[in-house]
Amino acid sequence: MAALSIKDLTAIAKKTKESMQISAQGPHTKITVHMGTCGIAAGAQKVMDSFKEVLEIVDKKDVILTYSGCAGLCSNEPMVTIERYGEKPIKYINITPKIAREIMKQHVQKGNPLKEYIIAKGYENIV
Amino acid sequence: MGDSTMSKETKKKEKTQTIPDLNSVPFFGRQILIALRNRGRINPESIDEYIAHDGYQALAKGLTKLKPTDIVEQIKQSSLRGRGGGGFDTGRKWASAAKATGEPKYVICNADEGDPGAYMDRSIIEADPHSVIEGMALCGRAIGSTVGYVYIRAEYPLARKILGHALEQARAYGLLGENILDSDFSFDIFIKQGAGAFVCGESSALRASIEGNVGEPTPKYDHATEKGLWKKPTVLNNVESFANVPPIILKGAQWFSAMGTEHSKGTKVFSLVGKIVNTGLIEVLMGTTLRDIIFEIGGGIPDGKAFKAVQTGGPSGGCIPESLLDMSVDFEELSKAGSMMGSGGMIVMDEDTCMVNVAKYFIEFCNSESCGKCISCRDGSEAMLEILTRISEGKGKEEDITLLEELSNAIKEASLCGLGTSLPNPVLSTLRYFKEEYQEHIVHKRCPAGVCKALITFTVLEKNCTKCGVCFKNCPYEAITWKKKEIAVINQNQCKKCGICYEVCKFKAIERK
Repeated sequence: MAALSIKDLTAIAKKTKESMQISAQGPHTKITVHMGTCGIAAGAQKVMDSFKEVLEIVDKKDVILTYSGCAGLCSNEPMVTIERYGEKPIKYINITPKIAREIMKQHVQKGNPLKEYIIAKGYENIV
Repeated sequence: MGDSTMSKETKKKEKTQTIPDLNSVPFFGRQILIALRNRGRINPESIDEYIAHDGYQALAKGLTKLKPTDIVEQIKQSSLRGRGGGGFDTGRKWASAAKATGEPKYVICNADEGDPGAYMDRSIIEADPHSVIEGMALCGRAIGSTVGYVYIRAEYPLARKILGHALEQARAYGLLGENILDSDFSFDIFIKQGAGAFVCGESSALRASIEGNVGEPTPKYDHATEKGLWKKPTVLNNVESFANVPPIILKGAQWFSAMGTEHSKGTKVFSLVGKIVNTGLIEVLMGTTLRDIIFEIGGGIPDGKAFKAVQTGGPSGGCIPESLLDMSVDFEELSKAGSMMGSGGMIVMDEDTCMVNVAKYFIEFCNSESCGKCISCRDGSEAMLEILTRISEGKGKEEDITLLEELSNAIKEASLCGLGTSLPNPVLSTLRYFKEEYQEHIVHKRCPAGVCKALITFTVLEKNCTKCGVCFKNCPYEAITWKKKEIAVINQNQCKKCGICYEVCKFKAIERK
């Protein structure tokens, strides 16, 4: 890969934003499993695997499955954030593989968030 | 048909409406993210996602629109202070290294986070490694350095892996290496893995370790910014400090210095652990009160127990009592209270915590981590541990408190590095705020919190005992006698005081005294 110029930075930013973007045409949902050391210790890898398994069966085009570092609330890991097109991202806490499958079925596919496992929706205060 | 779809839609809307907004949940709503700005929203192994969130824009600005001296000036004006513990003015450090002569100059990132209960640096690297790389590159540009090292402890395998991957990606994009972004600036970063010695977080020991020598502190006759690593000008900053740099360069010093208190600007990341409802990693404005952090963001103490103290600053810090909870958290205030900011570990303790035991724990930690170079630290901590052990076993003498104080002052005076000079802090602060608890142990041979095993006994309260036998079944030492329909009896000479019976009895029929 050739060294980047400043222009390339802007182009990468634009391209990545587009490819990670959820839209009405699809993919319409982004699933982020929070996988810091703490999350993995609490079972985030199994949650990730469980999402992957379900995605093998359903239409993958509709969903972006990704991961990030720790979301901050260690006492309630594993945590998962689900963002559907046109809606604020929703943060789930204390997720097990079983709940992950349920989230896929109810929230991702049908649009019904599973309130009992949700802590909040929206964005953090990034200044 | 149409109606039923409508009602379904409305139902769905109602359902989502009852989910609270993140900002109304104090744990998230009270936080302001700068160093943790990308946590939970980017894939740490994708440089593209970092770039998509303004990543490397600060470096681009630093290479095109700013001169190296401008970068130093921006950091100076932002009043950013080192987040690793000491709180030294970052701008001054950079300015001194920029002015110093000697080639090559070095940028070191201290990721040897070793305080018990602290994991801010690990989390930043795991969530957003490029923010640290970009901050280091900006430092390199500012001081005229071409080489950087990240000193990371071996106990952080995931952070190390993610950082290594990030460095490779940055090199592949030419964001590290020769002529970065078509400029005349060349800079690369290498990982140095520590072997987990606590003392290697101390600057001179850390440098010795990178140089391949024994990780021991050396006297600081010279400023590291002039004669640091291999006697060359060196800037050593902590992970969180570097993570703060790109936003400062991108948004300007005034943006940053508008936040926080008079002498402590910006935000601080804390790991909130111990007896607290919301254990977690938080970033708050400097000046937030301890009460807000513990009771609002942290959600208070679990199981309806009472708050007793909060320990900040790791083994170098101190325990802050309830009477000082309204104190605002910044470098000066914490020092005044006999503690320190430290790297940001915050251990919350409830009524079941014995302060003598806490002091003993930290002294034990420093005693085993002391490199042994200074007799005051090596043998002083040993002597302190002996006294504290004696007190917790009910063998303390009245003069022990004075002895502890004298020893503390001697260790502070005579030790070379920060480990030694600050190791008595947990003892001094608990003596300052919880002296009566020491006296209870010494004079009345009682541990009020019911922790020190030699000073407590477990007995069955006959009036509460339902004769269920749960304590009998759970006792690992067979120290309880029980038969169906009979009250249980704890045989004191067999009891190892593990407290399992106390935990499992649902009827409060086990008394701990």
